Amino acid sequence: MFKVFWSVLHRDLLLAMRRRTDVLTTLFFFLIVVSLFPLGVGTETAVLRILGPGVVWVAALLASMLALERLFAADFEDGTLEQLLLTDQPLVLLVLAKITAHWLLTGLPLVLMAPLVGMQYHLTDPAIGIMMAALLLGTPVLSLIGAIGAALTLGLRGGGILLSLLILPLYIPVLVYGAGAVELAAVELTATRPYLMLLAAFLLSSLILAPLASAAALRISIE
Amino acid sequence: MSSAWSKFASPSTFYPLAGRMIPVFWVLAAGSLLVGLYWGFFETPDQLGGSNAQKGYYRIIFLHVGAAWMSMWLYAVMVGWAAVGLVFNTRLSYMMANAIAPTGAIFTFLALWSGSFWGRPSWGTYWDWDPRLTSELILFFLYIGYIALHSAIDDARRADRAAALLAIVGLVMVPVIFWSINCPDPNQCAALHQRSGLGKVDGNILFAMLTTTLGFWMYSFATTLMRVRTIILTREAQTTWAAETIRAEVRS
Repeated sequence: MFKVFWSVLHRDLLLAMRRRTDVLTTLFFFLIVVSLFPLGVGTETAVLRILGPGVVWVAALLASMLALERLFAADFEDGTLEQLLLTDQPLVLLVLAKITAHWLLTGLPLVLMAPLVGMQYHLTDPAIGIMMAALLLGTPVLSLIGAIGAALTLGLRGGGILLSLLILPLYIPVLVYGAGAVELAAVELTATRPYLMLLAAFLLSSLILAPLASAAALRISIE
Repeated sequence: MSSAWSKFASPSTFYPLAGRMIPVFWVLAAGSLLVGLYWGFFETPDQLGGSNAQKGYYRIIFLHVGAAWMSMWLYAVMVGWAAVGLVFNTRLSYMMANAIAPTGAIFTFLALWSGSFWGRPSWGTYWDWDPRLTSELILFFLYIGYIALHSAIDDARRADRAAALLAIVGLVMVPVIFWSINCPDPNQCAALHQRSGLGKVDGNILFAMLTTTLGFWMYSFATTLMRVRTIILTREAQTTWAAETIRAEVRS
């Protein structure tokens, strides 16, 4: 059973490596959005420190969402997805593998890029550490919840805009606690623990429920 | 039991039943709204609270609380019908869920709107990022998302099922909205909505508030049933009974 998980994961990563631009555009989108804000709101250190956490999280939300469209679309067009649905392997596991690949390609790089962005916004070192931890816990939730929306809007006209309308409201709790943790890290480091715990709780519950919902959504979209 | 239930699960038998129920709910809605508003305007104290009392403007509570309650309740009912549809595969359940959504969205908007008009004199601002305000806004987005997804899919069966799943996923937000009001200690959390209980509310105010809420509830029944009748006719237009009904309606 885990073999099928690994093979789907391996296949998705391999496909992404063969078309690196898709992955890189998402990451550069994130970098550009984050770099635009200081130019728009002014470059004073004090302002940037306050804005930084929120801007990084919103940019991460948008970057993760833009890449969601591709999660099932290519497989849907060439019929691979239909074959995946027809196999006797549990669909939940296949979906989870695809989500994991999506996170490894869009979420994890954002976590690794966080220190760079933190420096752009003059965040303190502990705040950058907390930001990385929060992103590490939060970005998988974005991929997991987003997969439900991607499955529901599969093959629809204007799917991308619709996807944002469906998914962004559900992202709000992650945004609130993710950005909240980083903001608090500037004041008192120990106070961030409940925020990180809540993010971990979101991660665990969405890890259990979101693949089930995405699998159900895929079955609805393809029948 | 199952025969009586399944009898009205068919759109063709539900259509006339809904038609007979609509006037009843309109009368109930108008009656309770009139009583509630009369009571709210003439039988309640002019001021609320001791020091720094709220003046007459607190009376928007009679609309605001009812609308806010209905916004959450209708979402739960919508999800209930959506779940029934997914489990039993009954077309009428999806139609009900579909018919509830606009009314729910309107109540959510009303709750936000009336709240901001109350907030201006009492909090000094139309909008604040209070947890409850924010989560009510999210609820509004959830309704809009449901309606948008349903109307984006051309195939009615897929639209019904996909929107139903989305509604169920969104249900996780409703308890968050309901309990976001409970900030037990104002020193610990900066929520503008404080914990309140029905027992603490003055009897006349409570009566008026509950009566207008009942009015809103009956109004929701009436509009939902009217909308579901339209949906039934649109979806069943190819059947003979629907075609005959439409012809009869046009003639009269």
